[in-house]
Amino acid sequence: MDFSPEFILIFLEIFIIVTALGVVLSPKVLEAAFFLSGTLSGLAGIYILLNADFVAAAQIVVYVGAINVLIIFAIMLVQQQLNSETSSSGIKQLVQIIIPIFLFSIFIIVITSTNWPIQSTLATVETTQAIGKHLFTDYLLPFEVVSILLLLALIGAIVIARRDLVIEQKELTTYSTSQLSIESKD
Amino acid sequence: MILENYIILSATLFCIGLYGLITAANIIRAFMSLEIIFNAINLNFVAFSNFMDGQEIKGQVISLFIIAIAAAEAAIGLALILTIYRNRQTTDTNNIDWLKW
Repeated sequence: MDFSPEFILIFLEIFIIVTALGVVLSPKVLEAAFFLSGTLSGLAGIYILLNADFVAAAQIVVYVGAINVLIIFAIMLVQQQLNSETSSSGIKQLVQIIIPIFLFSIFIIVITSTNWPIQSTLATVETTQAIGKHLFTDYLLPFEVVSILLLLALIGAIVIARRDLVIEQKELTTYSTSQLSIESKD
Repeated sequence: MILENYIILSATLFCIGLYGLITAANIIRAFMSLEIIFNAINLNFVAFSNFMDGQEIKGQVISLFIIAIAAAEAAIGLALILTIYRNRQTTDTNNIDWLKW
């Protein structure tokens, strides 16, 4: 049995859209996280179809391996709430559905009416070599800036998530009430 | 014709992520919708770099930068979610109103 690239593309597209809808619509958050891993893996397959093997590997390592696992850990650290779906009004729900559909129809009109200047030459470069050359010649400054940004972001995440950042609710309320009593005495 | 295929997939993913971002009652689900939007943008970069810039694949370099920035955003976002949960005991987006007034 022979799988043509078109067949694989259609299969991957259906898989990605179904799992993305699962992320948005599934009732439990943990199920949504597992659906998200399906979406990210399917996108890695799409990247391989687009001759971007290094980006596909980075997608698997960073997204599925790091970010998705981080999200699952956050879900486990946060207690699952009872499903308190506030029944939003009909107009609100209508607007929430209309905005993405409106944007999507605009996208479809623009995409199908544009005459894309597609190159006929097929890509035959070694992608990893080409990306490495770019990273160390003309994209050197963005590369260094991104590395500093990553360092700062990780330090910032540690500072934000430290234990001693808990705001003492009782102290705040007693402070404000004592202030109020002083003002009322005056 | 096949370039349109990839861009329409990217637009679909973007709109699904936008719908999830608007309707999410849980802040972690909103975060996951944001990741879907990031991936839709990344797919656009890779598709255009393959079909319009096949010799110098600059779009793939940009998509690598976007993946790195998404990793930084994920670390900061999840630290914020944990801190909010520790202070408010909730991840419901309707109850997070420190900056409301």
